[in-house]
Amino acid sequence: MSTAPQLDIDLIAKLARLALTPGEKAKFAQQLGDVLHHIEQLSKVDVSGVEPTAHASPVFNVWADDIAQPGLSAEAALMNAPAQRDHMVVVPKVVE
Amino acid sequence: MSSELFLRPITELATALDEKKLSSVELTQTVIARTKAVDGRVKAFNSFDESDALTQAAASDARRAAGQARGPLEGIPIGLKDVIAVTGQPLTASSKMLANFVSPYDATVTQKLKHAGAVLWGRLNCDEFAMGSSTENSAFGPTGNPWDTTRVPGGSSGGSAAALAAGEAIATLGSDTGGSIRQPAALCGVVGLKPTYGLVSRYGLIAFASSLDQIGPFARTVEDAAIVLGAIAGHDERDSTSFKTDIPNYRAELATRKGPWKLGIPKEYFGEGLDPEIATAVEQAITFYQKQGCEIKEVSLPHTRYCLDTYYVIATAEASSNLARYDGIRYGHRSKNAADAVDLYSQSRAEGFGPEVKRRIILGTYVLSSGYYDAYYLRAQKVRTLIRQDFLNAFRDVDALLTPTSPMPAFKIGEKADPLALYLCDIYTIGVNLAGLPGISVPCGLTKSGLPIGAQLIGQPFQEANLLALAHAYEQAHEWRNQHPKL
Repeated sequence: MSTAPQLDIDLIAKLARLALTPGEKAKFAQQLGDVLHHIEQLSKVDVSGVEPTAHASPVFNVWADDIAQPGLSAEAALMNAPAQRDHMVVVPKVVE
Repeated sequence: MSSELFLRPITELATALDEKKLSSVELTQTVIARTKAVDGRVKAFNSFDESDALTQAAASDARRAAGQARGPLEGIPIGLKDVIAVTGQPLTASSKMLANFVSPYDATVTQKLKHAGAVLWGRLNCDEFAMGSSTENSAFGPTGNPWDTTRVPGGSSGGSAAALAAGEAIATLGSDTGGSIRQPAALCGVVGLKPTYGLVSRYGLIAFASSLDQIGPFARTVEDAAIVLGAIAGHDERDSTSFKTDIPNYRAELATRKGPWKLGIPKEYFGEGLDPEIATAVEQAITFYQKQGCEIKEVSLPHTRYCLDTYYVIATAEASSNLARYDGIRYGHRSKNAADAVDLYSQSRAEGFGPEVKRRIILGTYVLSSGYYDAYYLRAQKVRTLIRQDFLNAFRDVDALLTPTSPMPAFKIGEKADPLALYLCDIYTIGVNLAGLPGISVPCGLTKSGLPIGAQLIGQPFQEANLLALAHAYEQAHEWRNQHPKL
């Protein structure tokens, strides 16, 4: 029998900064409940003494000299900004 | 040459270009005309830029005329999945979130293809942010399988596979996080290669799951795939997981690596859920290798049953982190319905992302959240170690593994509504990503109803030359590469 905890869809949507409609919440909670039930299988694996794998590349630390490299111009960096003025991104007011 | 130039491999076209029997402008015009004739049905392209492609082709012809041709890709039209950045071209990830995004820079693979003289052609459809196995999750509508346009081409790189199979490009690039190159290659009857993690730079690839993503080629033949891989592989300082290793001449190695190889058949890959026609076709491929003098050995990858769960924990966790950048501030969709600054994030993301992307962000956020991290994410990373170990253990006895690529042939668009049913499309491909190995899908038959079947060969890390030679030996002894869909 599954011991999968109930996914608190309101809390997770808030953490993910994702505004979901009531319909989406109900649907995702049910669908992800099924997926989580499936994922419960992982609790059967004996992982004692096993190191986690973050990625499979035999590269572990990469150093680079701290030298400035050519980058994007301000125009190129801002070409996709939804709103901009004087080489700055315009955002809603955050301080009264 | 055949009148259907758009169905010829790079190797033949490169010879025709070298011998001045064909110009890149003529070839590119042929591909453009073909695209216009069939893409209304196939819908492989999100967009294309005809005048830009012809300008590139004219520049290629000028280089060739000046004696400065750059090799076998000189003047060849190559399509890119719409998650790979090309300066000045749209980069949408098939998402409303990036519907109006234009890339300010080139991906490393884009730079490398330009240096090789290729003509970059079109932006190819995919599942939104490469999340899916059918290309039905595209915000711009599904792509049809050229063998039967009422069926899916596979995914997530479905546009890349379909465009190639339909003759709308001579080769294409896709990305593969859990099977997204190999599975659509199998369903569309073309060759698809996922390189070893770290062989090809991910710089300029829109990130889905960074520890699993890898760019690779779709091609008509294994030799063509070897040519494209040779052009895009290599260390890149801008991708800190890219690996410093000598890149062999994969194409030349095809002729020198003759085996005999020891081939492993993982018994877990031939069980319940495998379509019987696919099982038969792959068994015939096993018999072929046996007749060639290869030693065939049954092997076991005991943690195979945990691959899918491990993948969906790790991939969604990484996706929820990678997709946090889409907040409506610096680029991408910005909501006009937000009450305040924080609401702007939530509303922009709600309006910009489609349902599968939202589901995966929610799942990924959950498995990383306080109280569940150890039980899900950390545990999945440990199981990942065991999965990788299974493969490395098998490779003590064998040079490569042979399996089906997909448990089923192309299914009908709209047939699989349940997310879990779709996730099962990737059961034979996901382990390769978790273990960081190279894998290739090669056409190995057609079903009775005329749908392509693919066989997957899995190789040891950075042993692409062996893998390609093995695949080449099979391909050259069969005629599947000369079968094309009737459009």
